[in-house]
Amino acid sequence: MSARPSALLTATLLLVALLGVAGPAFAASAASAAAPWWVWPLALFVVCFALGIVAVPAGVGGGVLFVPIVGGFFPFHLDFVRGAGLLVALASALAAGPNLLRVGLADLRLALPLAVLASASSIVGALVGLALPANVVQAALGITILAIVALMASAKKSEFPDVPAPDRLAAALALHGVFRDVARGENIRWQVRRTPLGLVLFTGIGVLAGMFGLGAGWANVPVLNLVMGAPLKVSAGTSSFILSLVDSSAAWVYLNQGAVLAIVAVPSVAGMMLGARIGARLLSVLKASVVRRMVLVLLLLAGMRALLKGLGIWT
Amino acid sequence: MSVPDRPVVAKEQLRYARVLEWGARIGLTVAVADFVLYLTGVLPGRVALAELPKFWSLPLADYLQRSATPIGWAWIKLLKNGDSASLVGIAILASSSIACLAAVIPVYARRPDRTYVVLCVLAICVLVLAASGILVVRH
Repeated sequence: MSARPSALLTATLLLVALLGVAGPAFAASAASAAAPWWVWPLALFVVCFALGIVAVPAGVGGGVLFVPIVGGFFPFHLDFVRGAGLLVALASALAAGPNLLRVGLADLRLALPLAVLASASSIVGALVGLALPANVVQAALGITILAIVALMASAKKSEFPDVPAPDRLAAALALHGVFRDVARGENIRWQVRRTPLGLVLFTGIGVLAGMFGLGAGWANVPVLNLVMGAPLKVSAGTSSFILSLVDSSAAWVYLNQGAVLAIVAVPSVAGMMLGARIGARLLSVLKASVVRRMVLVLLLLAGMRALLKGLGIWT
Repeated sequence: MSVPDRPVVAKEQLRYARVLEWGARIGLTVAVADFVLYLTGVLPGRVALAELPKFWSLPLADYLQRSATPIGWAWIKLLKNGDSASLVGIAILASSSIACLAAVIPVYARRPDRTYVVLCVLAICVLVLAASGILVVRH
């Protein structure tokens, strides 16, 4: 596709996403109680469909977009939004997991030790998040989202980090492998370093994932890639797979707590997964850098909204 | 252990992928099917659809109290209601990983790779603990 139609398509998506957020935001503040009940699940499906389209080319998971945007601009209480956010991230991870495992881009051996700690800590995060007052969680969510925007805007990536030797724990657990990089037509050998530090960081990531229902690909990938030295594609694939375990634990806590409303969760999951399928097909024609900037702007807006809502300034 | 020269996808990884694929398919299908039954009124919800806007903006504790929603596994007794039935598919999705982990334990055990057998058992224990309903916040 030529540059012009690609730019037009990107601009159209930007407009859809902005309308998707601005429309419900306006309606939520104006007449949330007056609108018929079906308007909100339908709006949720449409917005999640748009978010699903932009999430794939922007290289972010659905949960990190879903919670601040839906939590900030829809009438649903944040407790239900976080429960649905975890399910959105979980469903996306479960859908992608089998293929990533089969082609070797997700590594079960690398994922398991990290996922055990992160899923245990996600239970703690979920319990803490559900025990804290909503305004505190909302403000903390806003700060976390703004920090994620800063991280995404500034973090470097290393496609093939140089790891001359694995650490002792990585060697003992045999955390290494080979994957086929189709784009380069090469087999890439990899091994990891700083495994103990990675385990500590994943424990912290699990707490955040459970507390805010965000999914945690935004943190998993930098830790696997920059800290532990896994190749970028293996990091992205393994991160997605780890989410399937971490979000399962936290999702059970929300489910048992009564914080999963089918009317919020099911349209969100369905919309996000359908959108992600379209997004994956558009991956080759969209200008990823433009979509990524657009998503950062959306996240910045949603993060500020969450912070101001939590502080009682913009309710 | 030396690093191989060619991509080798481990047997347990392929088995995990197969079970995960089926778990995700079944969970999503059940969730969407039950939700359609709920929306169409075939399985009416405990809270009428038209009344939902009065409930979904409430803090969780208020919602639980006003809608008389039980916590823990008590929702399983309310499956004749569409809103509770829609949670079955979600519970299947959240349980898929337990089945996957259980499926790969025999592969690690035959190798034998005791460390990964222990890791799989630990991961299952964490998921079962989360699913047990023991850990709930009392408001």
